[in-house]
Amino acid sequence: MTPDQTTPLVEMRDISIAFGGVRAVDHVSIDLYPGEVVGLLGHNGAGKSTLIKILSGAYRADSGEILIEGKKVTINSPRDARHHNIETIYQTLALADNLDAPSNLFLGREIVTPLGLVNDAKMEAETRRIMARLNPNFRKIKEPVSALSGGQRQSVAIARAVYFNARILIMDEPTAALGVHETKMVADLIQELKRQGLGIFLISHDTREMMELCDRVSVMKNGRLIGTERVEDVTEDDILSMIIMGKKPERAA
Amino acid sequence: MSDTQIADAPAPRRRNIFETLELDTRLLGMIGAFVVLAVGFHLITDGRFLTPRNIFNLTIQTVSVAIMATGMVFVIVTRHIDLSVGSLLATASAVMAMTQTLVLPEWLGLGLGHPATAWIAIAVGLATGVAIGAFHGWLVGYLAIPAFIVTLGGLLVWRNVAWYLTSGQTIGPLDETFRKFGGINGTLGTTGSWIVGLVGCAAAVWLLFSARRNKVAHDFPVKPMWAEITLAGIVSAVILGFIWILNSYQVPAARLRRNFEARGETLPEGYTEAYGLPYSVLLLIVIAIVMTVVARRTRLGRYIFATGGNPDAAELSGINTRLLTVKIFAIMGALCALSAVVASARLTNHSNDIGILDELRVIAAAVIGGTALAGGIGTIYGAILGALIMQSLQSGMAMVGVDAPLQNIVVGAVLVLAVLVDIIYRKRTGARS
Ligand SMILES: Nc1ncnc2c1ncn2[C@@H]1O[C@H](COP(=O)(O)OP(=O)(O)O)[C@@H](O)[C@H]1O
Ligand SMILES: [Mg+2]
Repeated sequence: MTPDQTTPLVEMRDISIAFGGVRAVDHVSIDLYPGEVVGLLGHNGAGKSTLIKILSGAYRADSGEILIEGKKVTINSPRDARHHNIETIYQTLALADNLDAPSNLFLGREIVTPLGLVNDAKMEAETRRIMARLNPNFRKIKEPVSALSGGQRQSVAIARAVYFNARILIMDEPTAALGVHETKMVADLIQELKRQGLGIFLISHDTREMMELCDRVSVMKNGRLIGTERVEDVTEDDILSMIIMGKKPERAA
Repeated sequence: MSDTQIADAPAPRRRNIFETLELDTRLLGMIGAFVVLAVGFHLITDGRFLTPRNIFNLTIQTVSVAIMATGMVFVIVTRHIDLSVGSLLATASAVMAMTQTLVLPEWLGLGLGHPATAWIAIAVGLATGVAIGAFHGWLVGYLAIPAFIVTLGGLLVWRNVAWYLTSGQTIGPLDETFRKFGGINGTLGTTGSWIVGLVGCAAAVWLLFSARRNKVAHDFPVKPMWAEITLAGIVSAVILGFIWILNSYQVPAARLRRNFEARGETLPEGYTEAYGLPYSVLLLIVIAIVMTVVARRTRLGRYIFATGGNPDAAELSGINTRLLTVKIFAIMGALCALSAVVASARLTNHSNDIGILDELRVIAAAVIGGTALAGGIGTIYGAILGALIMQSLQSGMAMVGVDAPLQNIVVGAVLVLAVLVDIIYRKRTGARS
């Protein structure tokens, strides 16, 4: 799928961040077009999560800039990111274990009554509605999410990201805790959201899955971007060697 | 019932009457412990424990610690601690005592007994409490100094700031209106108490049924109507029973005679009067309701519990956890000031040792009431019940004639035991789900 627009939905330019002495992200530039899935690949510690956390407002970059639809923006907090319709499914899921699914889904964006009190019944109803679509087996609506299985917790995190009409979706290893069946559901969901014109950053360790789901993949190693390739231009082996060797594949043309 | 069968297909089987009534088993356990304790002392003391007089005294003795315990729930839920509450209470009390005995009557020339004195003093005390609490919260939230250290420092600082404010003297007697918040010197009387009780029943019934209506509106399962009515009946009986007990405590004839003489009248033959609900207890009830609404029905409360459950998740959800910390400690400070009103009014003066060791009683009340030090879990009613259980234990032992040192040993052991029981309970219920 060739993006037909010339302005990317997101552009991260020359982003760097260091923690103490560790250059977690080192002059990385990536972009994302509407209706496109861009995969981030790399070993553990390559800097993938850190890079997307800069976009989601969890970290502030030491240098570099972020453009949304061609306009330079400052994202200093998760609130700013949400303001730009950037939604994130964190690798750690970022759920409050003591709260139930509706409270987590609406955390920071509660539906309130005219008196300003939280409207739990409405939020519960909305949660049931979206869960019926995302994961029909989901039943434990009123229980603290600590009582849920890994897959169920994951679906709460996914529901939270897709409920609020994201334009830019970040998914950090969304299928890590899932079984085969649930993984297929996430893959279908990604296809559907893509058709709706969302831009998606997807992080996963499963190279084959990435080749199927993504339009382009970016490979990182030791905080640096090794390269970004269209999936139809490369083989799985090319990608693997980029991940392992940290070198762009040599190819004719 | 359109599409709910997808979401909750196999309706979990109702297992017993408590589950049908949707009562919190933990709450029942605490009430059970309290009843056992109360009946036990009643038997040991040959029927002196569960008398209107003793119940009246027990409630007014519990108020000060219970008010602060509701705030401590928020503090502990967010994984902090406040060791300074007793000292903060002392500073607020000193400020209010100086305001009403020196600043207002002398410096501002209002004179003694001005009707506004008590209210101005309370406002000044509240402002003091909020300011100190917010300052603690700022140190914890924005400068990232552990709450344990900030409030340990506060424990020393505010105890001695209070000392300087009063030059170490006992300040009193306090304003007459102010003293009405102390308990026995300010009660609603029989009729007023019944009115409060009936309003309370009406509100409880309205709440139960509006919650039901809300559930029905969203097609959620509701408990059977008989269960709802039973619950409403139990709640009303408890409220009215409590009022009835307080209304049974007669003002002693000698005191009535004095009151009448003060007004230049003589006590009519056969005249009796009951105390009824003390203002201080009414204040606690209002605080309990407000704090419960904050905890369960406001965004602030939601954020407090979310932050306690997972601070990172709260932060990533766009919650300003630093500002939240300031708010929590500011609330704690305000509650310390209100406790200071009740405590100093009860003593009718401000003394240097007011609130000493209250931090431990308050933390113990919250913890016995089920607030988990690991954060994320706790209830307002639990903390109040915790305070009541502790006070009953202490008063009961005093009545039986247990020496003070042994009383403290027992209270300490009970605290540890209560937490152990709670851990076991949580493991059991956690394993079941
Ligand atoms: N908050 C942090 N503090 C210190 N170091 C961090 C922090 N977050 C990430 N790092 C470091 O940055 C590097 C990149 O980590 P990460 O982005 O999580 O990698 P990936 O998601 O690709 O596995 C690692 O060396 C990690 O230890
Ligand atoms: Mg990662």
